[in-house]
Amino acid sequence: MEATVIPLPLPALPEGWEAENNFKAIGKITQEGATQRTLEPVGPYFLAHARRARHKRTFSEDDRIQAQERAKKVEDNDEGEISEPEDAMMLQRDAKDWKSQDHYKVLGLSKYRHKATEEQIKRAHRKKVLKHHPDKKAAAGRADDDNFFKCIQKATEVLLDPTKRRQFDSVDEEADVEPPTKKQLVKGNFYKLWSHVFKSEARFSKEHPVPTFGDDKSTKEDVENFYNFWYNFDSWRSFEYLDEDVPDDNENRDQKRHMERKNANARKKKKAEDNTRLRKLLDDCSAGDERIKRFRQEASAAKNKKRFEREAAEKQAAEDARLKKEAEEKAAKEAEEKAKTDREANKKAKDAAKNAVKKNKRVLRGSIKDANYFAEGDASAATIDSVLGDVELVQANIDPDEIAALAAKLNGLTVAGEIKGVWKEEVERLVAAGKLKEGEGKSLVA
Amino acid sequence: MSDSGAKSGPEPSERTTIGITFGNSNSSIAYLVDDKPEVIANEDGDRQIPTILSYVDGEEYYGQQAKNFLVRNPQNTVAYFRDFLGKEFKAIDPTHNHASSHPQESGETVSFTIKDKAGEEEAASTLAVSEVATRYLRRLVSAATEYLGKKVTSAVITIPTNFNDKQKAALVAAAAAADLEVLQLISEPVAAVLAYDARPEAKIEDKVIVVAELGGTRSDVAVVASRGGMYTVLATVHDYEFAGVALDKVLMDHFAKDFMKKNSGAADPRENARNLAKLRLEAEATKRALSLGANASFSVESLADGIDFASTINRLRYETIARAVFEGLNRLVESAVKKAGLDVLDVDEVILSGGTSHTPRIAANLGNIFPQKTRILAPATDVTAINPSELQARGAALQASLIQDYEAEDIDQSTHAAVTTVPHVANAIGVISLNEAGEEVFVPVVQPETAVPARRTVHVSAPNGGDVLIKVVEGNTHIKVTKPEPKVKEDESKAAKVEDADDSDEDDSDFSDEEEEEEKREKVWKIGSTLAEAALKGVKKGGKVEVSITVGSDLSVIVTAREVGGKGGVRGTLTSA
Ligand SMILES: Nc1ncnc2c1ncn2[C@@H]1O[C@H](COP(=O)(O)OP(=O)(O)OP(=O)(O)O)[C@@H](O)[C@H]1O
Ligand SMILES: [Mg+2]
Repeated sequence: MEATVIPLPLPALPEGWEAENNFKAIGKITQEGATQRTLEPVGPYFLAHARRARHKRTFSEDDRIQAQERAKKVEDNDEGEISEPEDAMMLQRDAKDWKSQDHYKVLGLSKYRHKATEEQIKRAHRKKVLKHHPDKKAAAGRADDDNFFKCIQKATEVLLDPTKRRQFDSVDEEADVEPPTKKQLVKGNFYKLWSHVFKSEARFSKEHPVPTFGDDKSTKEDVENFYNFWYNFDSWRSFEYLDEDVPDDNENRDQKRHMERKNANARKKKKAEDNTRLRKLLDDCSAGDERIKRFRQEASAAKNKKRFEREAAEKQAAEDARLKKEAEEKAAKEAEEKAKTDREANKKAKDAAKNAVKKNKRVLRGSIKDANYFAEGDASAATIDSVLGDVELVQANIDPDEIAALAAKLNGLTVAGEIKGVWKEEVERLVAAGKLKEGEGKSLVA
Repeated sequence: MSDSGAKSGPEPSERTTIGITFGNSNSSIAYLVDDKPEVIANEDGDRQIPTILSYVDGEEYYGQQAKNFLVRNPQNTVAYFRDFLGKEFKAIDPTHNHASSHPQESGETVSFTIKDKAGEEEAASTLAVSEVATRYLRRLVSAATEYLGKKVTSAVITIPTNFNDKQKAALVAAAAAADLEVLQLISEPVAAVLAYDARPEAKIEDKVIVVAELGGTRSDVAVVASRGGMYTVLATVHDYEFAGVALDKVLMDHFAKDFMKKNSGAADPRENARNLAKLRLEAEATKRALSLGANASFSVESLADGIDFASTINRLRYETIARAVFEGLNRLVESAVKKAGLDVLDVDEVILSGGTSHTPRIAANLGNIFPQKTRILAPATDVTAINPSELQARGAALQASLIQDYEAEDIDQSTHAAVTTVPHVANAIGVISLNEAGEEVFVPVVQPETAVPARRTVHVSAPNGGDVLIKVVEGNTHIKVTKPEPKVKEDESKAAKVEDADDSDEDDSDFSDEEEEEEKREKVWKIGSTLAEAALKGVKKGGKVEVSITVGSDLSVIVTAREVGGKGGVRGTLTSA
């Protein structure tokens, strides 16, 4: 065979791909990945294959049998499979009554019914033909009775025509499963019993797949799905099979019309009845369905639980808010109080400092007075004035701490010379520090 | 074949071989002229020769002449007997023999009682079905011998896929008794495939073919995997309800009613055997004419009560009244595809074979079941189609010419199970490429259901060149279904209409409903497990990489990759599990 050309590109080699001889063996084809099948020994390519396979070798009968056994079977065995005893009553049926015959039973397909595949029907028909064809009976010397054969032909005609088969399946009571009685349900098996009913009803569904009834372990969703589907059931069931025969001649036109109308009405009525029947079935079933009750309880429990949770949460939130507000208020108050005390303390300190300064200033002035204004004898008013003036000057140029330090030095001194010495030292310090000008406070230095 | 025990055939060099198709309704003979198979016309000028023998005054007639005697001489005419070979009476379906000699039980086999000798006083003979087959085959061989001008000694004969060993042995024995060596029995659908594959313009490809063998009394459908010119039947279905005679019946009923309507008071022609035979013959002729023209006539002298009857029918009317049969055939073909575990999307070709395949509606209907890309090989849908009535005989003739030089022993050895039964890979094996969106996609190299050993080669493009990765993986298909947007149903207005209507036309409205909602279905490859990775370095820009995968009979795999036109390359082996 020629190489096929593929236009889609190969991927680039990934970064870092490394292998010995540029090849990595990763998997393998397993035995399960292959089926033994039989090639058709036909055509030039097969003959080439055979030449290669034989390669001067001949195969024994054993090889042949073994190989044949391995090969997957394509042909199914025509004989066997469908077998069902034929009862005498059925064999005597009149083919004219074909409408009332059980077509499945006639073909030996009773247990398959609407589930029978087309292939099964064809096989069943063939089997019956092999047995009941009138020519075979005639050959066996029996009277040429082809009545049951006609029944077979009719059954096949109906069942192999999809439209006619649906019409028959619509009214095939043998396939019906009656709803369970109260008595049956008492014994339990609720799910199994109703399951059978709906499985049988499902044959009329236009839509597939049809949800199954499930059991006590089904989820709420599945159960809801089930009832939704069935309460909205779209059925192909129809009732023309039960029509009364319409006269086939042209003479009775009016009567024909009349019959047709009658049939149409009957079909409609039966269809409506069938819908009602199904609805009732569902009502009965759902009424006894413990799952629905359970889900309802669970739902209401869940709803209550939710409410409790919501209320608790609300309460908690209110409480939290209250506590938060309280905490905030408390913090504000505390901050305010602290500010107040701070303020007061500040004022006290300031006052104390002021007082200390006043006191110290008094010490300073007192020392001058104790030192008699540095005068011999009574100090003149001018001297007093000038000395006090310089004291004022010094005081004005130093801070309270220096005032206090100066006061401390002066405190307890009574000897005028010592007092004067302190002042002199102070003035000189101030002049040195440039806080006083040369010459200022000279009354304290002289 | 040795199944028969009849091994004393002629030497290969002494053989003159033909292909034979031997049906319940018709048979054909074919021969290779300049490597091209030709179906041979017999002395009556027929290429489809009715499988019927008839005896009149000790004279034997066969083919069309015998068929014509179904009207005047039914009890000495044997028809529809092929399927009885190798069967017991209780296992045969005598339905189609009702209008000719009836089959009877005779020991382990089936026989017919006919007057085959001249003279009033001569007793009727009881002929076993094998004897009937022998006599008929003898006529075929003599027609071929006469045509070819040399004694035909050997043949390949086609048989349905469900012929069992006893039936095969009976056919080979019947042929041997007619002095005909059966080189090989080959199955009908495969003969049809071979007839197509042997055309000079045919390319050998891996493909899935559905062969619908639509005959007179049966319809057989086979799904065939064609892999490198070798064929494996994946599934078959057989049907005895929806075939040519069912279509004849539709027309017989139609014209019988038409006759009675136009001749009020006249008898139902179906109630008298002779009238019924006339009705049948003409209905079949009308049916054939409807395959070609849009109108066909029907005319029978003295159809019933001595009344001549002539009528016409157009194709549309015919297709309406035959709808149940056509739809049955549709379902049959679909069931075969399903049985093979495939989807209609997996099918590449549908070959229509057998006389009923001439019917245009059947081919058109199958065209509707399968996707657009599936070729429907039938005269109505493909101008290049081979005459469906000739496919099997042509295939048989081709096979005959392929093996005519083999010793009988060699044919036997080459066709037996030890050679034919081989593993077929279940999954596809392929490489990873990148699609337009740059995503990894699976590209099949070895298709599923390929018999091993097998070797397949592909050329994959490497437009950018450089170092490329060859990743060998298994692959599987699945069907992706895209549902259409749900349409708002006009249920109410429709329901109202149905209620108004007096007569029931619900069917029609149902029908159109189905057609509206079409979902989109496509076949998508899924990447499976990785088997190997290989690197090919330094590929030229715009180059191509040749990847070949060889699967051994032990399921080992050899992968080779090289640049097309380049040297060197990679090679690696995976051992079998
Ligand atoms: N041109 C045509 N159009 C329609 N039907 C045709 C045409 N030619 C032949 N047939 C029908 O094909 C059927 C015969 O098919 P074929 O020749 O393949 O027979 P067969 O394989 O021997 O049949 P059987 O299934 O009985 O073994 C008959 O029903 C015949 O009427
Ligand atoms: Mg055929």
